[in-house]
Amino acid sequence: MKPAGFAYHDPQTVAEAVALLGRLENARLLAGGQSLMPMLAMRVAFPDHLIDLNRVEGLDGITMDQGVLRVGAMTRQRSIERSATIREACPLMTEALTHVGHLQTRNRGTIGGSLCHLDPSAELVTVAAALDATIEVAGPEGQRDVAIADFPLGFMTPALAPEEMVVAIRIPLWPREHGYSFMEFARRHGDYAIVSAATLLVLDSAGRIARASLTLGGVGAAPLRVTTAETALVGEAPTPALFRAAAACCEGIEAMEDPQAPAWYRRRLAAVLSRRALERAWARATGEAA
Amino acid sequence: MSETRCVALTVNGEHREAETPVRQHLADFLRGTLGLTGTHVGCEHGVCGACTVLVDGHAVRACLMLAVQAAGHEVTTVEGLSLADGTLHPLQQAFCDHHGLQCGFCTPGMLITLVEFLAEHPAPSEEEVRVAISGNVCRCTGYDSIVAAALAAARALRGDAA
Amino acid sequence: MNVGRLVGRDVARVEDAALIRGRGRFVDDIAPAGLLHTAFLRSPHAHARILRIDVAAARALPGVHAVLLLDDLRPHLTDTRLVVALPSPSYRLDLHRPVLAETEVVHVGEALAVVIAESRYRAEDALALIEVEYESLPAVADCDDALAPDAPPAHSWAASNLAAEMTVAYGDVEAVFAAAPHRFAETLHIHRGGSHSMECRGVVALHDVIEDRLTVWSSTQTPHTAKRLICDLLGMDETRLRVVTPDLGGGFGPKLIFYPEEVVVALAARLLGRPVKWIEDRQEHFVSTTQERDQTWRVELATDAEGRILGVRGDLVHDHGAWTARGVNVPQGAVAAMPLAYVVPAFRMTIRAAVTNKVPVTPVRGAGQPQGVFAMERLLDCAARELGLDRAEIRRRNLVSAEHMPYATPLKTRGGIPVTLDSGDYPRCQQMALDEIGWAGFAERQRIALAEGRHIGIGVANYVEGTGRGPFEHVSVRVEPSGRIMVATGAAAMGQSTRTMLAQIVAEQLGANMANVEVITGDTAAAPIGIGGSNSRQAVLAGSSAHVAALKVREKVLAIAGEMLEVAADDLEIEDKAVRVKGAPGLSVTLASIARAAAGQPGFMIPGGRGPGVAASEEVVIDAMAYANGTAAAEVEVDVETGAVTITRLVFSHDCGRALHPRIVDGQLMGGIAHGIGNALFEHMRFDDQAQPISTTLADYLLVTATEMPPVRILHMHSPTPLNPLGIKGVGEAGVIPIPAAIAAAVEDALSPFAAHVCRVPLSPVDVIAMIDPVPEGSA
Repeated sequence: MKPAGFAYHDPQTVAEAVALLGRLENARLLAGGQSLMPMLAMRVAFPDHLIDLNRVEGLDGITMDQGVLRVGAMTRQRSIERSATIREACPLMTEALTHVGHLQTRNRGTIGGSLCHLDPSAELVTVAAALDATIEVAGPEGQRDVAIADFPLGFMTPALAPEEMVVAIRIPLWPREHGYSFMEFARRHGDYAIVSAATLLVLDSAGRIARASLTLGGVGAAPLRVTTAETALVGEAPTPALFRAAAACCEGIEAMEDPQAPAWYRRRLAAVLSRRALERAWARATGEAA
Repeated sequence: MSETRCVALTVNGEHREAETPVRQHLADFLRGTLGLTGTHVGCEHGVCGACTVLVDGHAVRACLMLAVQAAGHEVTTVEGLSLADGTLHPLQQAFCDHHGLQCGFCTPGMLITLVEFLAEHPAPSEEEVRVAISGNVCRCTGYDSIVAAALAAARALRGDAA
Repeated sequence: MNVGRLVGRDVARVEDAALIRGRGRFVDDIAPAGLLHTAFLRSPHAHARILRIDVAAARALPGVHAVLLLDDLRPHLTDTRLVVALPSPSYRLDLHRPVLAETEVVHVGEALAVVIAESRYRAEDALALIEVEYESLPAVADCDDALAPDAPPAHSWAASNLAAEMTVAYGDVEAVFAAAPHRFAETLHIHRGGSHSMECRGVVALHDVIEDRLTVWSSTQTPHTAKRLICDLLGMDETRLRVVTPDLGGGFGPKLIFYPEEVVVALAARLLGRPVKWIEDRQEHFVSTTQERDQTWRVELATDAEGRILGVRGDLVHDHGAWTARGVNVPQGAVAAMPLAYVVPAFRMTIRAAVTNKVPVTPVRGAGQPQGVFAMERLLDCAARELGLDRAEIRRRNLVSAEHMPYATPLKTRGGIPVTLDSGDYPRCQQMALDEIGWAGFAERQRIALAEGRHIGIGVANYVEGTGRGPFEHVSVRVEPSGRIMVATGAAAMGQSTRTMLAQIVAEQLGANMANVEVITGDTAAAPIGIGGSNSRQAVLAGSSAHVAALKVREKVLAIAGEMLEVAADDLEIEDKAVRVKGAPGLSVTLASIARAAAGQPGFMIPGGRGPGVAASEEVVIDAMAYANGTAAAEVEVDVETGAVTITRLVFSHDCGRALHPRIVDGQLMGGIAHGIGNALFEHMRFDDQAQPISTTLADYLLVTATEMPPVRILHMHSPTPLNPLGIKGVGEAGVIPIPAAIAAAVEDALSPFAAHVCRVPLSPVDVIAMIDPVPEGSA
């Protein structure tokens, strides 16, 4: 399983990388390599040019600025996993990382790579959607922002022009005492999620749900914000019955089908995981659980 | 396109330099070009973990890195674990003591993964060890003896009595 | 002797020193100067005619040394087919696979051309330039459908898809069933997958011009068979070929088969005058290495009112694959395993092996026995449920008991050897497992859990396994003039510690220093004859030959030493590298000097009166199999919302006779148990209805990792067999055999509130949910 031949480029700056993307035909960006390298090995991808981003300056890093978390595209998943900043400000992401692949894949895999690969089951993509993230894109004309909801164009296809690349993700933070939970169902530890549920809750002073976010991964080409459930939750007092009703919104969703998991099973899992995630998020919001 | 590049890097503490086709992965480079056949290739799609090496102290799947990407970095393979006089690394010794290897094919990758893991988690629980090696597939042992070896090695590295 | 100085102890493994340092020598580590690399063009179609192959562009690619088709190889082959089938009167079709496909391809992955180039990278580039025009033909994707009267033929020339059929029977089954008060029936779908040893296959061939000898290093469990076949196919003299099994990264069965790649690479090395290597990659392993796959069992059990077995009957349809790469031993072994643990007065099972357009089926660890055990255990659970009997009690009433031993069953092995259960106490073994897992108190635990909304279940399964398949394994033991002890054997090692085992047995008799013993396995130059690794046979057969040979060498050593020291042999002991007088260690003579004395000098007599040399070569013949047994008990918890099955505990009590090395025995069991868990819950080699493999990577095909393993407790019993001097039984496959049955039973028990019925493995979460809440076809 050896890749077909390609020309190899290792730019040192974003500008160089963008210039290469503009100039070269049939080029692909190499980030962590955990998804692209197997595709090259199996010859299902055969770019003429490989543009390695691993030597580009300034594409990694985790910074916080006025309630917004910014993570550089080439930040390794292991750095995110271990980041005290993220654990404190955005624990949903930290929790999701415990399900992402294995030690070895997180050492090389990047957040930008995961976002651009857009595997329907990718945990980081689901989390980005749950958090209403913004993707920073660099191109020959400069930088632009893309809302995460607009980022998946189709199955494993990001809304990027051929000469554009992702440079960072910005995440607006939820208030300090928010409840969160990332749950997934996978066959083995570290496997891609068959279905995942990411949820965030904020309770008001009366204990009612002031804000809710519920996102499903693994059900379609893009993560699915279950807005009907979110609407049903806001303003209500949290109870197991409420969460069951919110989770039931998942039963009517469109879901993917594959030999391992038919659509009806994914829908079922979506409802179960949503309910369990909401219960956990609530327990965290009230301080009853860690 | 048969482009090649010269790669200079440190392998097991030694400076090495060699020409490589740019599409050759790091595992093939270590094995074929540098003759370090201790790192094994099991799947070439990043699942089995047999090819795990340390790059700058971090366990990575060598089949998912290009050799050219390792230029200027420090790579550690299983051959670099024991001392120059042949003394085994405590993990290697523990594997032998606990029958943590049978055919030996997954073993180098297991050892390397555990080297990083134990460096960062010197007193792991059994469950934590299992999670740490969940990206290394073994078809021979059923893992029990590997976990026992890892826990014993952790004790030895901490200086505890066995 | 039960535990000697070495035998019976957890001595350090001789294999470890090299392997732990990454200094093993696996086939891909062998890289002679001038090596060329190989890639095979493999069919993307399950069934097609080959109309045209154009290799011109591939041949012209720089770096490519040759692109060969069957037509190019034909002048150098005595036969274009691999005739490797074990003898059997059951075959209905001759399915000898070709060295390379020429006019028709019959499974995805079948090779039709070979490229030899400067590197594997380059060879794969050349593959992409080979143009093949195929005419698609209907593909046979299912073994049951294959036998339907209107089924298309998997081979276009064949009249049917019936590869083989046979019946195994004794007693008057019809009469028994006609009169039986109770009859139970099951239709079971049992799937096992591939071996997925961590090392795939590989071959390196090198022609030594100076010696005029071809050396072939092959990842084979059967080097002597490989040698014979290569000599036959290439018309070579045996003295001109050496086959070596280097370090093997696991075998588990499929590496015992002789493959087209082995002869193609050997021939290519001769034709090109350069060493040639082929290493299988994982994607190839899915489609070109043999595997086990599907069986459909339609079986019935007849009992009296107390649940005592009166008879078993049924039929089995077995997916044979596209070619006969070994024989019908998988379904035959499955049926043979079915009744073994129990007293079954009448038995009839019909086997039909169906040709499908998939890679051939040959044994994978367990070799059909897990399927036979699954069928029997499911029938017993069914009977217990319907008769209102405890599942352990119905088994107790039917297990062959210790008083029965040796128990001559009416069965015969494939070689016509009577199946006599030689030793064991099956009821006690079952009880040990049940006590350990807390069978008696489980109903109460289950009730409490259910009240908490948790679904837990327990299952038990027994197996009896024929081990040590004969007829022999060659071992020679020689004391060299250096004083080192050389052991050579036809056995092949694949991780199961063969060299340690043989070094223990030999050193036990000759100085008790394993460091002074060198063991060579899997080398046709070192051992003149041999059978190799399979059927959990090598400890029994090679161990017995090693033991007998070592005793003979010991006797010679003592006789010569006695003469040299002028002392009776009884007053001597062998310690480390010398023979010394008991109680007077200063009076000694080294093994080296004994060997030199025995080598003789012209005109002088050899001391000792035993003839020249200090060596013995043995092929102890043991035709009867030694029957090992065990019981697996599993406790599971099922998440009835997601279908996830968690094995909370697994207890495995077993009896493999005497244990040569307890920790190695446990390692073999644990490895087998992991594989069994894979077969129960995870491993599914999926194909679509055109026989296209859907599982083609290790991301789709799920191997058990450390996090999927439950807490396992292994319990030991020791019923030494009288069939060999060491009293040992094989243990390499034991772990896998009862696991799918025990887990299926536990899941069914956990889901009893839903009246679930488990009749297939592997069980995925989707399967579990479908049992709880059957979903009509195509609905939301």
